[in-house]
Amino acid sequence: MSHGNMNLTLKVWRQKNTKATGKLETYKVTDISPDMSFLEMFDVLNEQLINKGEEPIAFDHDCREGICGMCSMYINGRAHGPKSAITTCQLHMRSFKDGDTIVVEPWRAAAFPVIKDLTVDRSAFDRIISKGGFISVNTGNAQDANCLPIPKPDADAAFEAAACIGCGACVATCKNSSAMLFVSAKISQLALLPQGQVERTSRAKNMVAQMDEEGFGNCTNTGACEVECPKGISLENIARMNREFFMANIKE
Amino acid sequence: MSTTSGKFLQSSLGKKLLMGLTGLFLVSFLIVHVSINACIYFNDGGATFNAAAHFMAHNPVIRVVEIGLFIGLILHAVQALMLTMQNNKARPVKYAVPAGNVSSKWYSRSMGILGSLLLLFLVVHLANFWVPTKQAVFNDMEHDTFAGLKEVFSKWYFVGVYMVGVISLGYHLLHGFQSAFQSLGLNHKKYTPMIKSFGFWFSIIITLLFASMPITMFLGLIK
Amino acid sequence: MSKLDSKIPEGDLEQKWTKYRSTIALVNPANKRSLEIIVVGSGLAGASAASSLAEMGYKVKVLCFQDSARRAHSIAAQGGINAAKNYQNDGDSTYRLFYDTIKGGDYRAREANVYRLAEVSANIIDQCVAQGVPLAREYGGMLSNRSFGGTQVQRTFYAAGQTGQQLLLGAYSALQRQVGLGNVEMLSRHEMLEVVTIDGKARGIIARDLVSGKLERHFGHAVLLCTGGYGNVFFLSTNAMGSNVTAAWKAHKKGAFFGNPCYTQIHPTCIPVSGDHQSKLTLMSESLRNDGRIWVPKKKEDAEAIRAGKKKANDIAEEDRDYYLERRYPAFGNLVPRDVASRAAKERCDAGFGVNKTGEAVYLDFASNMKYKYGKQEAIKKGITNPTEKQLHELGKEVVKEKYGNLFDMYKQITGEDPYEVPMMIYPAVHYTMGGLWVDYNLMTTVPGLYALGEANFSDHGANRLGASALMQGLADGYFVIPYTIGAYLSNEIRTKAIPTSHPAFEEAENKVREQINKFFAIKGTKSVDHFHKRLGKIMWDKCGMARNESGLKQAITEIQQLQKEFWSDVRVPGSADEFNPELEKAGRVADFLELGELMCQDALHRRESCGGHFREESQETEGEQQGEAKRDDANFMYVAAWEFKGPNSFELHKEELKYDVIKVSQRSYK
Repeated sequence: MSHGNMNLTLKVWRQKNTKATGKLETYKVTDISPDMSFLEMFDVLNEQLINKGEEPIAFDHDCREGICGMCSMYINGRAHGPKSAITTCQLHMRSFKDGDTIVVEPWRAAAFPVIKDLTVDRSAFDRIISKGGFISVNTGNAQDANCLPIPKPDADAAFEAAACIGCGACVATCKNSSAMLFVSAKISQLALLPQGQVERTSRAKNMVAQMDEEGFGNCTNTGACEVECPKGISLENIARMNREFFMANIKE
Repeated sequence: MSTTSGKFLQSSLGKKLLMGLTGLFLVSFLIVHVSINACIYFNDGGATFNAAAHFMAHNPVIRVVEIGLFIGLILHAVQALMLTMQNNKARPVKYAVPAGNVSSKWYSRSMGILGSLLLLFLVVHLANFWVPTKQAVFNDMEHDTFAGLKEVFSKWYFVGVYMVGVISLGYHLLHGFQSAFQSLGLNHKKYTPMIKSFGFWFSIIITLLFASMPITMFLGLIK
Repeated sequence: MSKLDSKIPEGDLEQKWTKYRSTIALVNPANKRSLEIIVVGSGLAGASAASSLAEMGYKVKVLCFQDSARRAHSIAAQGGINAAKNYQNDGDSTYRLFYDTIKGGDYRAREANVYRLAEVSANIIDQCVAQGVPLAREYGGMLSNRSFGGTQVQRTFYAAGQTGQQLLLGAYSALQRQVGLGNVEMLSRHEMLEVVTIDGKARGIIARDLVSGKLERHFGHAVLLCTGGYGNVFFLSTNAMGSNVTAAWKAHKKGAFFGNPCYTQIHPTCIPVSGDHQSKLTLMSESLRNDGRIWVPKKKEDAEAIRAGKKKANDIAEEDRDYYLERRYPAFGNLVPRDVASRAAKERCDAGFGVNKTGEAVYLDFASNMKYKYGKQEAIKKGITNPTEKQLHELGKEVVKEKYGNLFDMYKQITGEDPYEVPMMIYPAVHYTMGGLWVDYNLMTTVPGLYALGEANFSDHGANRLGASALMQGLADGYFVIPYTIGAYLSNEIRTKAIPTSHPAFEEAENKVREQINKFFAIKGTKSVDHFHKRLGKIMWDKCGMARNESGLKQAITEIQQLQKEFWSDVRVPGSADEFNPELEKAGRVADFLELGELMCQDALHRRESCGGHFREESQETEGEQQGEAKRDDANFMYVAAWEFKGPNSFELHKEELKYDVIKVSQRSYK
């Protein structure tokens, strides 16, 4: 099967399971097409490994259209690879050159233990959301949707914060493995909307407490998370979270 | 109340707030410090400078603020140490290919190192000036700080140490100044760019002013 | 008498749901706490059902194969969600949404179900807004709408091109809230591999913990399958890589009938295939057809020149462009339903007018709306008199960017071409499956206690789904149908104590699962799972895709059976069962697709008519204005085909007649 004309050297992190120690292994792939996505290049590599009787590389991926947040991969020192504002599945091989060496590592954070190879456990994010990333409205409680006019700028700002896909690139790229961009995006979305006002105080406190408990690092405002975020979530959200949290602590 | 505020200060965001506040407090001291030092440029044989130094050493309000300053400094440093240790723990396995400078500035990632250099520099700096002044005040003697200044900055290695310290300070400020506002939750589409550009120029001017003093004295430009 | 009882309530259509809802047996709050419900899948249907049921007091367990409930493929829905709110004052109503959906589905859906769907559609929007879902708004603060294919009113609510994401995150947040409260036990990275039935009732499942590889037994008084569609049987589709039929297929083999498996929706606007490395296809939202005009060159030599790379789209003069949808369907133009638009694209490409290297692509062009609609509007707003073409383009570009920016970026990322400057190239791709597990009005399958919700069931879209209706149906089922209808079953189960999972039925089911897993490893063949999946996909796309005929389908069945044999003797599954093993997961899914593919062809073969997404070449209009359009055969095929599993390669057909009491069945015309 010939695809294209790129030949690449890959150094990929292999780790049997959470407890095992891992290391970088070197692989060669040939005839790669520039139209392939990065993950399709991994499909080719895996097919090659299976045919050789070796174990394919485990990596997370699902929608392959940049929205589910499942794919990860830390590529040549950058979360989701060399291009900004995209996920790994949207990264195409035309962003690389023939003969390149590409180092692929899993997201690294104590709060994201490696499950196998490039697959990590991001359930910490779910636990943070379950502490307050919601509006407590049971099904059937709602009034007519237009009873609550929301100024377009507020709705747009909330939407921008809500665009977070929970991929964890912010944690992966932060030198401190801090999850503040993720947490602040949810806190911001709900703080900006009138629906979110009732639980504003408890939300900020509880979500931050859970974030700390999960063992994420602290924010030192390097701004790397904003740059690497595939959805362009802004640092403004972190500042807003800080305000929300301080106000919450002043109030209660 | 005490438990909630304790909790608050133990939280990641509480610590950030404390770092930001103490940082800005230390910045305010720098302004005072550089203003007094700049008195050497009257080039009057240190008369103005010594008068200012005398005021600083004897004014009771300043003395109280000085204690606050030390507390602020210690808080800032100790907190930083604790945060760094925590941050290291948050990533037990490091990347083989570390992040480059595409997504963040090197100095924003090096606040710990810059801060440590500053702390080391401070030890030298305090030994050079603060200790002799305090000894003099304690013994109720008049101290010629300007003479001390000339003495220290006549030695090339001290000038070197001061340059390292001052440059570390510059980069520390370059990130720290605007970062403090972000930590305090002050981020606004309109004002943040102003804060950032103020912080940028502030850091550069402070650095140049502080750096100019040892150099001009070493070169004998200040009489 | 058929085995199928759809349990549609008596009474006037408008009153059926209201009356029925008020008379369904209830479970008292104290009893709810001892009733356990298993929800498989965490997409719009699963998350909304699980959170709603947990809020009501049931003990709920949710499983999903992804690493988090938030990843379910509902998240990828782009364009919007329909609701009969009539906020635009353009004549929308419950009845009109109902009517459009029945007509759009080519008169192959149940009236009662669809009416209920239209009725609850408005509540969905209310619920989502209350949850903090940031739907698009006008400057006055009110919700904004856009139009979608197959309708002439603006009833589609949206959040840029990420409506599915926002709705799913809303449902996910409601779900996580219940997880935090301890009312839901969330098992991510878990895959359901078998249904456990005891005395004919669904009583639980066998699931594999995908991280440890352990097989687990879970008891439930009822089991809800919210596991999405089976478009990945074609290998290439707009579905997520993990989307699969396994849960539904295992249920089918345990007695749940499969409804209308051949009804597949081929979405007209997807990015064309770029090579044989392709792993999935990417949709460009139908909402783009609001502003994009679809065309191919009028002259064959132009098309040939474009294919050879000698000409570009922008080189073709206006008068040499064939806006074939506007030409063929003047009333709906570029907004005809998906099946119609897809077939029209295929027709032009088959006739030799396709425009990319493979000849399988048409243009979707925004230039004229960008310049002359939005550009002009902006020029007027900004007070620019006599703007140049270039100015108009730049002004319009900003508006288009705001509306579809993320889609345009995605297109550029994938193809390397800038759609602001050159027209997009698109081609139809498998997108959605209208078929699914047969369910009654209560959403219960033919296995008591086993329910199917959302895309996993067959119920509401007939033979073709209208755009922005999948999100509506998933959330309707989960938020506003199942919480009521499940009472009809569970009110009789309050005396059933939780059955210990040491029961022989669990034992047997687990052994069956283990046997299959062991078999995979024992084969030690030479070819990867993907190898077989791709071959199956090709058979399905060529012979059971956009156009189907008798001889092709018969051939496909033989080929699939042959492929099944080859799979079970030559597949290679590396690694072991007691670890995280994505290849093993895929093997199980492809094994089920291989069986489903055969049934789809059987169903397509037996339905000798064209309706909706199912187009039989033998059944076309041969004369008059409608020449070449699909021809339904209401006299012989106005029924739901529900297939019963009778053993390997053996399925028995049951028919549920469709009765139209309110709607007058007619030729579906968009001319």
